Amino acid sequence: MQLTRRDALSLGLGATALALVPLRVSAAADEAIAAFTGGAAPAMAGITLTAPEIAENGNTVPISVDSPGAVEIRVFADGNPTPAVAAFTFGPLAATHSASTRIRLAGTQDVVAIARMGDGSFAEARQTVKVTIGGCGG
Amino acid sequence: MASDVKARVKVPKSATAGGTITIKTLISHKMESGQRKDGDGNVIPRSIINRFTCEFNGQLVIDVVLEPAISTNPYFEFEATVPEAGEFTFTWYDDDGDVYTETKAISVS
Repeated sequence: MQLTRRDALSLGLGATALALVPLRVSAAADEAIAAFTGGAAPAMAGITLTAPEIAENGNTVPISVDSPGAVEIRVFADGNPTPAVAAFTFGPLAATHSASTRIRLAGTQDVVAIARMGDGSFAEARQTVKVTIGGCGG
Repeated sequence: MASDVKARVKVPKSATAGGTITIKTLISHKMESGQRKDGDGNVIPRSIINRFTCEFNGQLVIDVVLEPAISTNPYFEFEATVPEAGEFTFTWYDDDGDVYTETKAISVS
């Protein structure tokens, strides 16, 4: 079989599409985020999400969020069977609007943190975490 | 689950009035996600701690809603303001209705 230029191009495109699959944002995560923000587009500043670039064990991935002025911070994992991870609400005695915890990630995916500010606006931070061993069992 | 749950909290013994302290909490809990299956292919039912709160003298510091994506033995670290001497109350709410509480007193200098 002769490999034409057109074939070679489509092969390349197919490979690119395959490579993009793990990064695909699940519709469930988008819906969960939209339900929280009410469809408002969040600003990309005002919140810090700290997560490892590579997590060897998806069962326990340390993350921390920090957003001065936030009333509530929610964390989503867009590749998990259920995207919601945690929701932090800060009271009057919270010295800083930050928190750290450990989460489960089913595989390589984006972790998204969204803060609801005191004035009703939203801020978003996201980071891709590569997971070597997934942490959702099954 | 109720029998072998043990909460551990790390709070400094004293602080300056109006100062900031770091609090670390850990509670032993298997946090069964409801996604796993046992050897026969039956889904193991979800059993997690679904809420954690920390209050100081009745005023809220932090209130966390936990989902199945929180790891086994949930750990939290956060910072609190200490306006006066008093007591921190930590509360964990289990799916099965159990409530675990822990208190820590703190003095101001």
